[in-house]
Amino acid sequence: MSTDVFLITGARIEGGEAADLLVRDGRIAELGVGLSAVGTEVVAADGLIALPGLVDLHTHLREPGREDAETVESGSRAAALGGFTAVHAMANTEPVADTAGVVEQVWRLGRKAGLCDVQPVGAVTVGLRGKQLAELGAMADSAARVRVFSDDGRCVGDPALMRRALEYVKAFDGVIAQHAEETRLTEDAQMNEGILSARLGLTGWPAAAEEAIIARDALIAGHVGSRLHVCHVSTAGSVEILRWAKSKGWRITAEVTPHHLLLTDDLAASYDPVYKVNPPLRTSEDVEALRAALADGTIDCVATDHAPHALEDKETEWAAARPGMLGLETALSVVCEAMVGTGLLDWAGVADRMSCAPALIGGLAAHGRHVVVGEAANLVLFDPSGSSAVDPSRSASRSRNNPYAGRELPGRVVATFLRGRPTVLDGKAQG
Amino acid sequence: MNRHLLSAADLDRTSATAILDTAEQMDKALAGREVKKLPTLRGRTVVNLFFEDSTRTRTSFELAAKRLSADVINFSAKGSSVSKGESLKDTALTLEAMGSDAVVIRHSMSGAPHRLAGWIRGSVVNAGDGTHEHPTQALLDAFTIRRRMGRLEGLRVVIVGDVLHSRVARSNVILLHTLGAEVTLVAPPTLVPVGVEAWPAAVSYDLDAVLPKADAVMMLRVQRERMSASYFPTQREYSRRYGLDRQRLARMPDQAIVMHPGPMNRGMEIAAEVADSVRSTIVEQVSNGVSVRMAVLYLLLGGGEPA
Repeated sequence: MSTDVFLITGARIEGGEAADLLVRDGRIAELGVGLSAVGTEVVAADGLIALPGLVDLHTHLREPGREDAETVESGSRAAALGGFTAVHAMANTEPVADTAGVVEQVWRLGRKAGLCDVQPVGAVTVGLRGKQLAELGAMADSAARVRVFSDDGRCVGDPALMRRALEYVKAFDGVIAQHAEETRLTEDAQMNEGILSARLGLTGWPAAAEEAIIARDALIAGHVGSRLHVCHVSTAGSVEILRWAKSKGWRITAEVTPHHLLLTDDLAASYDPVYKVNPPLRTSEDVEALRAALADGTIDCVATDHAPHALEDKETEWAAARPGMLGLETALSVVCEAMVGTGLLDWAGVADRMSCAPALIGGLAAHGRHVVVGEAANLVLFDPSGSSAVDPSRSASRSRNNPYAGRELPGRVVATFLRGRPTVLDGKAQG
Repeated sequence: MNRHLLSAADLDRTSATAILDTAEQMDKALAGREVKKLPTLRGRTVVNLFFEDSTRTRTSFELAAKRLSADVINFSAKGSSVSKGESLKDTALTLEAMGSDAVVIRHSMSGAPHRLAGWIRGSVVNAGDGTHEHPTQALLDAFTIRRRMGRLEGLRVVIVGDVLHSRVARSNVILLHTLGAEVTLVAPPTLVPVGVEAWPAAVSYDLDAVLPKADAVMMLRVQRERMSASYFPTQREYSRRYGLDRQRLARMPDQAIVMHPGPMNRGMEIAAEVADSVRSTIVEQVSNGVSVRMAVLYLLLGGGEPA
């Protein structure tokens, strides 16, 4: 733990009044106006927004297996640059994170990188094959302390297996994060099914394929009283189902990705697979519904689904390309544009949707705490003024599949602190 | 005309009509000749890049390019480096290095010609991409209708069959609309794409109801494998409801024509005696295809020089 003492001056705490923050021994030691700078390293933060360090429930770090696309280290650096202090590393690696051994390996790599807390997600089923439960308890009891389980990339399609998984993880307050996709309705699917897919001759991915699974799983989770988390909600219909399920008092949470809050399916008209993602980009009506749902809490949080891919997996025909897009470094700017710029969320709301809520869902006690004295100094300083064009070549990620390339996005992350130690200063990764 | 022909939507009424008119001129220019060749594209290289088997389309483009005196390279994916995992991009860079002026591409994946166009300097002609488009097929169909009926404006064209998976249907709907024809699509509801409501075409599930007013009826190939995916129950039921047989032919106006892009499933979407009747333009479509593709290559590569 760093013994450095930092004085962050003039930051607007969660978007409210400006104040100074004294960071000492990894904690927020003092908070007030006109704190003494003696013996501290000053971080001038006038006009910047201070938020609790962001928490991502949905990150693909690709290690082990596809270190050419991303490593725990490079992904952690991208996370820090995006203002994240904790990320959940998805289980669809090679080998799959379906044993205590693999999740501990990922966890240790995260500790070694030291740029953000890497919390492994465990697979629900062995090899993501959807046939047999993985050793969920062993992963929960491991050093990685896994609480979120997901076959993400694939849906747990078997309803009986899904029920058992939901029930089983109650023993250690786990949660099943479902990639909701009725795969019989999405065979060969390439993009949102609608006017665009009809014109482009790309096989459609109907909204109903997502909504059917969310409805099914909500009913099962309600029946057995378990926690269900719905990954990357992408349709207006899903929002309606979630709203209904939550009205029953069932323990259901949901996330939306930055790209589903900003981008629409018409981008597929270029046939550039940088816009290919699963679930696919939807219509502007869906985007509006998702934004409204995030604002009113029907959708609990933003999660990036950061999905790095090697160049050769994207410089192909659309149908041959792998789905997924980068998201860690641009997430806060995208939310700033889609939610803050539109007046749907204030900065306190952003703090909740990008830090507090995901930390609570993921069971990360030391993250997602408000910016108050005594809490661990997990912080991000964001400059909401100005905008700049996204340049993928400047990314810390090993991959370049950035759907915002060339697009003007507002604001920038100036600094990130992990337990009092700067992982980013003046927009540059430290160490 | 644009540098590429990727979609029928690349053509406005003027440029589409120019292609059809040029095709007529090509026909006339060759009609009297002993040697069926024009010197127009001498020294130019046209590559036929076929990732899908299609002898008829490849041959048609090859003949068109050769009749314009271009050098033609047939680059078939079968047995080439492509089947060994070489990417489309590498293939594009190779063709570029060889100095091709135009690449005619047939590919099983929608949008492949768009990707290719981003990687090479020469012209790209879409010769059929996945379930997206086949613009030169639409041009030759329009040419055929115009020749037989004397015009396109206000004509009623019925397109019947697997619209969902048909690149021919997509290109025809766009081009025929551009040229002023009224298109009606007829298919079982399973074979009509969600989103069709945005197309400039009417949709009907009842072939018998639309036939009496049709000027041209275009039958699409229906693959038998669609049956196993439950798009329709049996081949016989498909034929009964959507096949063009002699009785249905009799419901059409006397001058109306029957078209098919080929290859046909005789006895499935079209009865043999209908395919072979005098009302059928199926053989003409093939020969018109060469003229239309000559016109496309000429206008893309030769520009304003006289034919």
